Amino acid sequence: MTAVPSDDSRRYDMTTDTSPASTVAASAPPASAPADRPSPVPYLLSLPALALFAVLLLVPLAMTALLSLNGFSFYTGIQDVWSLSNYIEIASDSYFHEVFLRTFRIAFLVTLLAAVLGAPEAYILRRMNSPWRGICLLIVLGPLLISVVSRTLGWALLFGSTGLINQALLAVGLIATPIEFMYTETGVVIALTHVLVPFMVLSVWASLQRLDPQIENAALSLGAKPFTVLRRVVLPQVIPGILSGSIIVFALAASAFATPAIIGGRRLKVAATLAYDEFLNTLNWPLGAAIAILLLVANVVIIVGCNRLIERRYKQVFE
Amino acid sequence: MNRNGPLALVFHTLFLGFLLAPILIVCAVAFTSEGYLSLPTNGLSLRWFYAIADNPEFVRAFRDSLVLGAVSSTFAVAFSIPAALAIARHRFPGREAITALFLSPLMVPHIVLGIAFLRFFTQIGLGGTFAGLVLSHIIIILPFALRLILAASTGMDRSIENAASSLGASSLTTFRRVTLPLILPGVASGWVLAFINSFDEVTMTVFIASPETTTLPVRLFLYIQDNIDPLVAAVSAALIFMTVAAMLVLDRLYGLERLLVGRGQE
Repeated sequence: MTAVPSDDSRRYDMTTDTSPASTVAASAPPASAPADRPSPVPYLLSLPALALFAVLLLVPLAMTALLSLNGFSFYTGIQDVWSLSNYIEIASDSYFHEVFLRTFRIAFLVTLLAAVLGAPEAYILRRMNSPWRGICLLIVLGPLLISVVSRTLGWALLFGSTGLINQALLAVGLIATPIEFMYTETGVVIALTHVLVPFMVLSVWASLQRLDPQIENAALSLGAKPFTVLRRVVLPQVIPGILSGSIIVFALAASAFATPAIIGGRRLKVAATLAYDEFLNTLNWPLGAAIAILLLVANVVIIVGCNRLIERRYKQVFE
Repeated sequence: MNRNGPLALVFHTLFLGFLLAPILIVCAVAFTSEGYLSLPTNGLSLRWFYAIADNPEFVRAFRDSLVLGAVSSTFAVAFSIPAALAIARHRFPGREAITALFLSPLMVPHIVLGIAFLRFFTQIGLGGTFAGLVLSHIIIILPFALRLILAASTGMDRSIENAASSLGASSLTTFRRVTLPLILPGVASGWVLAFINSFDEVTMTVFIASPETTTLPVRLFLYIQDNIDPLVAAVSAALIFMTVAAMLVLDRLYGLERLLVGRGQE
């Protein structure tokens, strides 16, 4: 689960970054790069990893797609028939609608919260001075490397009906009876926001790096109020960062497993925990595979589609 | 701190509190002297840390996680180095597609990978084996290793290699004595980041682990689903301390910001 952002914009950065190196290669002595014919060297170098990925990534994913077309019976297990019945079942059963709807509702709320909390935090971090900035950035990004299970356990401890949050709220007098956080969407949203908000900070932070502080100073010296500067100068340039952060957070929230499983329990199902149940409890593998394939397709469509959209809309910012 | 108004600092403090609260609570609960979950606790003790040692399941899962992380990151790095050199130094048809393929595990939800590997390994007879765990972990951590090694080999000055080969060094010698030492910081940080990601992985692993071969996060996850007690808090706290230690090493080695943000600060 702990993943560093996988947005396409950064991937393009990486591939375009390599151009100086390859121009060096092209102008290097003829021994290293024959210009007319594509050399077999790069293919030979990437062959081991390519073979590994073909066998261990593409084959299993293709097998899962095929499995999702198989039938299932409780007496004979997986049946060797081919049909879209699993997809039809998911499309027509209101139980599945409810689970998918809940998954997207949670993912949307988490994305919104992450943007509202993460974007200002990134801006505040950028305006800090040297020792503090490094330390605070470490505190903000460090949790990314800590196991999701440990972090979620922390929320389970805080949430419990006798947990600290309720003790504090009761003591302050804000509430009369303990709030239920465990096994509720509220709890899942809070815990998932905590798990994913560093990705938003990272993404906004990266876009803030491109921002020239002199532009802000120019606006201030021309008489703009600080809030106007924030709204008219900073925000427009940071929006691509917020959007690409939102894609990452939404995609990860929609497919999150451990946090909804622990905080949501067995009662509050999301797509990932549903697939898990079909696989390891009900043992209806074809149906579980169909849910997984839907999740994968939704993820790829959202990530690739939104990235394209953002890049087209904000082309000048990415230049 | 400057240039931030008081309101911004209040927000900042609350934000850090939000991020740290669950992590600190786990550590606090782990040091309780009570036999049950209690907050605030009456006394401090290490009894729950000692209790970990009496649970052979956790100890074995911890050992398996360490071995799995070390083996799979080593393989991931070994596969990444030639691929990174190919991508960083050559322009060839299919280069973008190959790069996208190698980074694609970042885009595929781990739950989907778990299901795909469970199906695949069951079919080929690797279900529930340690080899299966290693193979699947190589796939998911390779992008992390690749990105750092790619960054290191892209920034490298190739004229040194040309000098070595023009002085008569064979290509293997050039790689071993010139290229590898130059990209070593990237390779080492790639290994550590890959290791952390393997060590923390739970969503995919929960599908392919068996009761005999399981990892610590999976063991912890399955335990928490049944009950939450100071023992799991102690295990989690131990995990957190280890991660913080690894983080400090990474920060010294490579710079945590460069590692996570992907570019220098200024």
